[in-house]
Amino acid sequence: MMLPRLSHTWSFLSGVLLLIAAAASRADVPTLTVYTYSSFASDWGPGPLIEPAYEAHCGCDLKFVALEDGAALLGRLKLEGAGTSADVILGLDTSLTREAMDTGLLMPHDIDLQTIAFATPWNDPVFVPFDLGYFGFVYDSESVGTPPASLKELVDNPDSPPIIIQDPRTSTPGLGLLLWMRSVFGDEEMAAWARLSPRIVTVTKGWSEAYGLFLEGEAPMVLSYTTSPAYHRHVENTDRFKVAMFDEGHYQQVEVAARVTTSAQPERAQDFLRFMLSDAVQQLLPTTNWMLPAVRTNQALPEAFLEAELPMRVLSFTPDDVKMNRKEWIKRWLAAVER
Amino acid sequence: MDQALASRGRTVNVRSAQTGVWALLPGALSLAVLLTLMGGALAAIFSVAPPIRPMAILQDPYIGKVVRWQAILSATLSVGLALPVARALARRDQFPGRTLLVTFLGLPVVMPVIVAVLGLVAVYGKSGLINTWVAYLGGEITLPLYGLTGILMAHVFFNLPLAVRLLLPAWQTIPEESWKLASSLGLSSRLLLRLIEWPAVSPFLPGVCLIVFLLCFTSFAVVLTLGGGPASTTIEVAIYQSLRYDFDPAQAAMLALIQFVLCTSIALILIKWIPVLANSSGRRIDARHRPDLKNPIGRTVDITLILTTACFLFIPVLAVFTQGIRGPITSVISNPDLWWAVLRSLLIALGATATACGLALGLALSARFLRFSLRMHRVSEILILMGSLSLAIPAMIIGTGLFIVLLQAGALDRGTLLVICAVNALMILPYLIRSIAPTLMRSAQQYDQLCAQLGLRGWPRFRVVDWPAIRRPIGFSLGLGGALSFGDMGVAALFDTQGDTTLPVLLFHQMGAYRFDEASVTAVILMLLSVSLFWLIDRSIGR
Repeated sequence: MMLPRLSHTWSFLSGVLLLIAAAASRADVPTLTVYTYSSFASDWGPGPLIEPAYEAHCGCDLKFVALEDGAALLGRLKLEGAGTSADVILGLDTSLTREAMDTGLLMPHDIDLQTIAFATPWNDPVFVPFDLGYFGFVYDSESVGTPPASLKELVDNPDSPPIIIQDPRTSTPGLGLLLWMRSVFGDEEMAAWARLSPRIVTVTKGWSEAYGLFLEGEAPMVLSYTTSPAYHRHVENTDRFKVAMFDEGHYQQVEVAARVTTSAQPERAQDFLRFMLSDAVQQLLPTTNWMLPAVRTNQALPEAFLEAELPMRVLSFTPDDVKMNRKEWIKRWLAAVER
Repeated sequence: MDQALASRGRTVNVRSAQTGVWALLPGALSLAVLLTLMGGALAAIFSVAPPIRPMAILQDPYIGKVVRWQAILSATLSVGLALPVARALARRDQFPGRTLLVTFLGLPVVMPVIVAVLGLVAVYGKSGLINTWVAYLGGEITLPLYGLTGILMAHVFFNLPLAVRLLLPAWQTIPEESWKLASSLGLSSRLLLRLIEWPAVSPFLPGVCLIVFLLCFTSFAVVLTLGGGPASTTIEVAIYQSLRYDFDPAQAAMLALIQFVLCTSIALILIKWIPVLANSSGRRIDARHRPDLKNPIGRTVDITLILTTACFLFIPVLAVFTQGIRGPITSVISNPDLWWAVLRSLLIALGATATACGLALGLALSARFLRFSLRMHRVSEILILMGSLSLAIPAMIIGTGLFIVLLQAGALDRGTLLVICAVNALMILPYLIRSIAPTLMRSAQQYDQLCAQLGLRGWPRFRVVDWPAIRRPIGFSLGLGGALSFGDMGVAALFDTQGDTTLPVLLFHQMGAYRFDEASVTAVILMLLSVSLFWLIDRSIGR
């Protein structure tokens, strides 16, 4: 009774598998494989716009391999080692670049940096920055009248709004806040965390959980990016969500790309890196990746991006500092906030 | 009399010793596949990163802290509450909407954690239903959603319905005659529980406890998000961190091993409680002859229990549904990527379920032979236990290990789907083995003698005797497994490449791109499809 049904299922299954296999094989043009993170390549990210543009430019096939996030991307590269099929990796941030260098799998970009007007001082021989952003606390203006004006105020004023943050062990913004606190409070950061701790509603695994809870009204303020309000203005036409701009400045996240040593087509990889810095791509990034262009373009930012939401001061550690201290700082964080 | 029985048992033994090799083959094969997958994955990880001393890890105070009471509390609470609820549902097997209710019990467990958490928050959160009502009435309360209460609440939300569904078949093993006998003796409800129900349910209990415990022990997004902070960290967070952010696969694999050893020890303690299987002839399954059906107190208790459970479970689910229905439905369902993701998820679900079914049947059949023909109880139990412990090694570790294997074999393109199926099969195997094994054992108790006398062995015996007995639990657990792997996210995300997403991964992408409205629609589609898949498999096999 059971058997005929099963064999039908199997023939159906194998048919579907064949179809998928047929769809996967493509025409015979050179392929440039770019490892990136999933939201870059997803339907809403810049990937689907960049792909046809670059393919038209190079007459090749551009293939994005999307990993969960920047860390997963580096993890994949490490696992694959010299056998990797990546020509370019795109989407590490500066807290990961030192670790990425140590793989020995990345080669200099050989692009003359002098000719490019980067929005942030840049002279790295291997990594090319393609966009950047700043961590910031986004608040709901319907429940927060006056947000704290500085990180110090957020930490020290017991009446400042409750917040949701991400875990520095499992998320990029979480690590960002850790570094932010560290750059503002220095060695006093443990005491600062302890003072802030009563107002931390919860610490989530990743950005999505935190932001989802924030949108559900679980806390009036959440750790995100300074560009988050621009999303709500641009896509949802609402001014309700704003970012609290802090006097001490905001911790910067620079997203970079690099060529992979084992690539069979280093010229094309370099060409792709240059393409990422072109006006056409740079202008796409704000409203698709919700990050700021890494290169100054002649064009103004889209209307939704407000001048007032650009930080006056920029904070950052060198990749070496991050790599050397991250584990120790996370341990200190754990000790300070565990209750 | 005893001697006669014993000598008959021995003749059976002699005869079956000849078929012994064949009867042990399925289990040996399953075990080999299981050990190859798990061991191979760990070995592959250690092959790229040399193992480190386990003692060094255990001495790390931070790791020492991750073993917490949360899992034991959560599991006790979930199963403890599931028992009376399952009993109430077993007792009231006629009320309108019961089938629907039991089917929908499968919803919470297939909800992606983040969706379930948002659903719970929509009810118990600051701006949730309860607070809105209380505020409307002029009051104000703060529900302690973050902390141990939040963790327990979420774990009960996920695992109580699962436990109810895993326990419910236990009542179906009680034969009509028992109820008739109890009726004529005029047994009270309490005596029924002690003399008839407990012996039927208790063989299921350790397995269910083990599964729920493992789920709570390894749960990590819930524990982080609702725990309110890093204080309630589980070992899984450490594994995730080592694998993902510390780029230390060896440490991750070592932690996974520690977790495995820990869970195995706990499982070995649980195994001691497995009582000798109760005898029953089990021809028809029917609770209509229960003598305590008319008892008004029992009735009130049952109705209250069922209603409370339904409210606790389905109000958050309903919150997710209403949010989804208000979302941009047309734009979500007109996206062809969604349907590719559905197809891919479906393939994974079917592949994983078929694989797990084969493994579970192999293990259970050989375990039965070991138990009844060779009288090797301990070995038999350990064989079953092996099938339950795959939950103790995180899917992420097995996935990463098998990824390395594929990589070294240069089969990344072709093998990905297979590996995702295999890892998912390991993750759902415990559910299958836990519902198939007790039923197969019972069928052996009832029919072994008869089969021996008739010379019925091998495939004919399986088809004529065992299959009719196990098709219901198989249908049920395959449905559950299908729904679970349909909703799986952990493994598929590891291999994620553009255009090859599964439905849960797509949902996560939407959230990552601020598209929380679209994500709520996808969540509803995901839940509806998993429940339909469960229903379809359960109906077509378990009829």
